Amino acid sequence: MNSIYEAYQVLSMAERALVFLVLAPIAGGLLAGIDRKLSARLQGRYGPPVRQPFFDVLKLFQKERIVVNKFQNFNIILFFLFTACSGALFFAGADILLTVFGLALAGTFFILAGFSVGSPYSHLGAEREVIQMVSYEPMVILMAVGMYQATGSFKVADLVQYEAPLILYLPGIFLGFLYILTIKFRKSPFDLSMSHHAHQEIVRGITTEFSGPALALIEITHWYENVLLLGMVYLFFGFNPWIALVVSLATYLFEIFIDMNYARFKWQLTLASTWLFTAVAGISNIVVLSVMK
Amino acid sequence: MNALIFLIIFPLFIAALALVLPAGNALRKTVGVIAGVVLSAVPIYLLIAYLDTGPVYFRVGSHLVNMVMLAVEVVIAAFIVYISLRSKRYLPIVLVAVQSLIMVTFELTAGGTMEIEHSLFVDKFSIIMALIIGIIGSAICLYGIGYIPEYHQHHKEIKERRRYFSFLIYLFLSAMFGIVFSNNLMWLYFFWEITTICSALLIGYRNDKQSIESSFRALNMNLLGGLVFAIGLVYLYNSSHIMELDKLIKLDRNLVLLPAVCMAFAGLVKSAQFPFSSWLTGAMVAPTPVSALLHSSTMVKAGVYIILRVAPALENTVAAKMLMFIGGVSFLITALMAISQSNAKKVLAYSTISNLGLIVACAGINTAAAVWSALLLIVFHAVAKSLLFLCVGIVEYKLDSRDIEDMDYLIMRLPKLTAVMMIGMAGMFLAPFGMIISKFVTLKAFVDTNPGMAIVLAYGSAATVFFWVKWMGKIMSIRHGEIEVVAHRVSRWEWFTLDVLAVSTVFVCLAFPLISSGVIDPYLTERFGNVPVPDFFNVMVTFFIMVGLLVLLPLGLFYFGFANKNYRRVATYLGGANIDNVTFEGAMASVQTIEMKNYYLQKYFGEDRLFNVGVIISLALLCVMFGVAFI
Repeated sequence: MNSIYEAYQVLSMAERALVFLVLAPIAGGLLAGIDRKLSARLQGRYGPPVRQPFFDVLKLFQKERIVVNKFQNFNIILFFLFTACSGALFFAGADILLTVFGLALAGTFFILAGFSVGSPYSHLGAEREVIQMVSYEPMVILMAVGMYQATGSFKVADLVQYEAPLILYLPGIFLGFLYILTIKFRKSPFDLSMSHHAHQEIVRGITTEFSGPALALIEITHWYENVLLLGMVYLFFGFNPWIALVVSLATYLFEIFIDMNYARFKWQLTLASTWLFTAVAGISNIVVLSVMK
Repeated sequence: MNALIFLIIFPLFIAALALVLPAGNALRKTVGVIAGVVLSAVPIYLLIAYLDTGPVYFRVGSHLVNMVMLAVEVVIAAFIVYISLRSKRYLPIVLVAVQSLIMVTFELTAGGTMEIEHSLFVDKFSIIMALIIGIIGSAICLYGIGYIPEYHQHHKEIKERRRYFSFLIYLFLSAMFGIVFSNNLMWLYFFWEITTICSALLIGYRNDKQSIESSFRALNMNLLGGLVFAIGLVYLYNSSHIMELDKLIKLDRNLVLLPAVCMAFAGLVKSAQFPFSSWLTGAMVAPTPVSALLHSSTMVKAGVYIILRVAPALENTVAAKMLMFIGGVSFLITALMAISQSNAKKVLAYSTISNLGLIVACAGINTAAAVWSALLLIVFHAVAKSLLFLCVGIVEYKLDSRDIEDMDYLIMRLPKLTAVMMIGMAGMFLAPFGMIISKFVTLKAFVDTNPGMAIVLAYGSAATVFFWVKWMGKIMSIRHGEIEVVAHRVSRWEWFTLDVLAVSTVFVCLAFPLISSGVIDPYLTERFGNVPVPDFFNVMVTFFIMVGLLVLLPLGLFYFGFANKNYRRVATYLGGANIDNVTFEGAMASVQTIEMKNYYLQKYFGEDRLFNVGVIISLALLCVMFGVAFI
C-alpha cells in the first residue's frame, strides 16, 4: 500500500513535476471521456468512446486559426502555462499557497482573454467567470489554511504524508471544497461562464471567440486543472493512498451526478450560496481547529 | 544629523521660493527639477550612510525650537479659526481651540522643565519612509508641473493658485520628513498637525461647494485625531515625565497604554480606517497629484507609520487585538465596496483604505512576520498606487471622464498609458508581483496568531481580485478598426513621472529579496531579535515567475503583434448580421448597437449597505480599545 509513497519519495521535485506534466493531460483526457460517456448513459444516450476528447483536441489543432484580434490567444497561452506550472508545483510537493495563487493568476489570464476580444457574449462570460472566481477563491484559501492548522505545514510533500487522516480534522473544509469543486469543474448548476452543454443562453460564453488550436489549449488546460483539483481532494485522505485514490475518483463521479441533476443557477445565487456555504462549513471548521490547538 | 535637518528644512526653502517666483516662469521649473533631484538623492545617501548601523539618535538643542513651533501652532490655529468662520463652520473652531489650549498650557507649564535627550533619530523604517517621500514625492511634484496648467485649461471656472499649490505641496513634504525623523513627540505632533492643515487646504483647492465640504470633513476628522494625540501626550508626560518615542515603547505597560492608544487613534484617523474612511473618499475631489501624493503614497502612510511605531507598547493587550480587528474590518469592507464603484478615483481610494487596513492589522499582530509584510506592503503600495492615480489623472482629461465605464478600448486609444496602468494594476493584485508577496506572508502570520483574520483575508482577497480584474479587462478589450489615438497630448513632465514610477514598480517587485535582506531584516532584528525566514524555495519560484513573465510578455506581444501571420481575422459574433464592430442587423431588419458594461453588484456591495456596517462595528471596537486603556 505504501508503494505509491515510496515511488513519490524516490523522485526528486523536478522529476515529480515532470511526471505530472506528462501524465496529467492523459489522465485528465480520460476523465473527460468518462465524464461524457457517463453523462450520456445517465441521459439515455450511448455516448462517444472514452478516447473521444483526445480526438477532439487533435482535430482542433488542425483547424484554421481564426481570430477577432491578433493578441487574443496570448492570454490563453499564459493561462495554459500557469495552470501547468501550478499543478507541477503542487505535485512536486511545494507550498500549497503557491499553487493556490498560481491557479488564481492563471484564472485571471483566462478572464482577461475573455474581456480582450471585445465580443458581448465573451464579455458577459468573462464577467460571470470573475464572479465564479470570487465565489470559490475564499474557500480555496481556507482549505490551505485548514490544512496548515491541522498539520503545521503548507508543504504538499508534508501534507500528503501526514499520518493521521486529515479528513477527520477538516470535515467542514472538505464539504466546502466539494461545493466549490462544482464551480471549478465547470459543472451545472455553476457552469455560468461557459458550458459544455449546448443550452447556454450566452452562446459559448467566455470562449465564444476562441476556436481551433486556442480552444484545444483551453481544453488541455482544463484537464491539467481537473487533475490538480483531484490532487487536492487526495490530500484529505492522504493517510491511505488507496482510499484517497478511490475518493478522488468518486468525487469526480459525484460532480458528474450533480451536473446531471441541476439546472443552471443565476450568478446571484451562485455567489450568495457559495459564500454562505464557505462561511458556515469552512469558518466553523477553522474556528474549531483553533480552539482545539 | 545634518542630512535629517536638511531634509526637513530644504523643502521649506523650496516652498518659500514657490510662493515668491511668478507662475509660468522657467526658473520655477528649474527649481522644481533641482528640488526633485536633491530630495531623491538625500534619502538614498541616508540609506547608504546608515546601511550597517542600527538606529541613531541625535540631540538637538530644542527649547527655542519648541517655542517657534508653539508660535507656528498658534498661527495655524488662528488660521483654522479664520477659514472656519469664513465658511461658517464651528466644529473645527471648537476642536482647534481645545487642542491649542491644551498644548499652550502644557508647553508653558511643563515645557520649561522638560528634558529631551534625543529629538531626532533615524533607523531603517524612517529611511524606507524617507525614500518613499523623497522619490515618489518629488516625482509627483514634477508631474504637477505638466498637470496643473492643463487642469486649469479644463476648469476655467477655478481660480488659478499655482504658487499656493506648490507652496503647500513642499510644505507638506517638509512635514512628512519631520514626522519620520522625530523622536521628540512634541515635534512629531507639530509635523502631524501641519500635514493635517496642508491636506485640508489642498482638498479645498477647487474652492467650490463640494470640495469645501470635503475639505472640512477631512479637517474635522484629523483635528479630532490631533486632539486625542495631544491628550495622550499630556497624559504621558504627567504620568511618566517622558516625551520621546524610543523611551515610550520601553516604558511599563500600565503607564504607556493610554498614550499609545491615543496615538494609534490619531493614526487610524490619518490612515482613513473605519469609522473615519469617509474623509479619504471625499478627498478625491482634489487635483490628481494631491490624491497621488497625500492620499495614497505618503500622508496616509504617516498614519500606519505611527501605528507601527507604537505597536510594541500595545503588545499582547486587548487594545492591539482591537487594532487588528479595525484593520481587518476596514480591509474587508472597503474591498467589497470598491466592487460597487465605477468612479476610477473612488475605486483607488477604497483600495487604498483596504490596503492600509491590512497594514494596520499586521501592526496589531506585531510579530516579526507581520511587521515584515507590513513594511513591504507600504513600499509596494506607495509606488503602484501613486502610479495608478497619476494614470487616471491623465485619462480623466483625455476622455473627459473618470468613470471606468468610459474606458472602453483604452489600450487602443492611449496604448502606452494603458501599458503603464497595467503595470500598476499588476503590482496591486496580480500574483506574483508586488502586493501578493506580502499577502502571502500576511496570510501565514494571520494563521499563526489569529485564524479569524485569515478568513477576513480570504474573503477580502477575493473581493480585491474582482474589482481589479474587471477594470483591467475593460481597458484591455480590443476591437477591430481605427480609433483615434490621443496619447501624443500628454506632456513630457507627466511622462517622465509615469516612467519613473513604472520602472520603480517593476524594480521593487524584482528587488524585494534585496529590500528584505538589506533594509527590513536589520530593522526586524533590532526590534524582535529574530527575522522571519521566508522559504527560500518559494522566494526563488516567485522570483523566477516574475522574471519569466517580464520576459514572456514583451516577447509574446511582439510575436502576436508582428511575427505571427498565420491567422484569419473575422468579425466578432453579435447574434445577427454584422454591420460594423458595434452594430448588427437584428430581427425585422432593425439596427442593433452593442454596449458592454461591467457588473457592479450595487445590491450586494453598495456603499449604502456596507458603509454603516463598517462604521458601527469599528466604533464598537474603538470603544473597547479605549475602554481597556482606561482601566
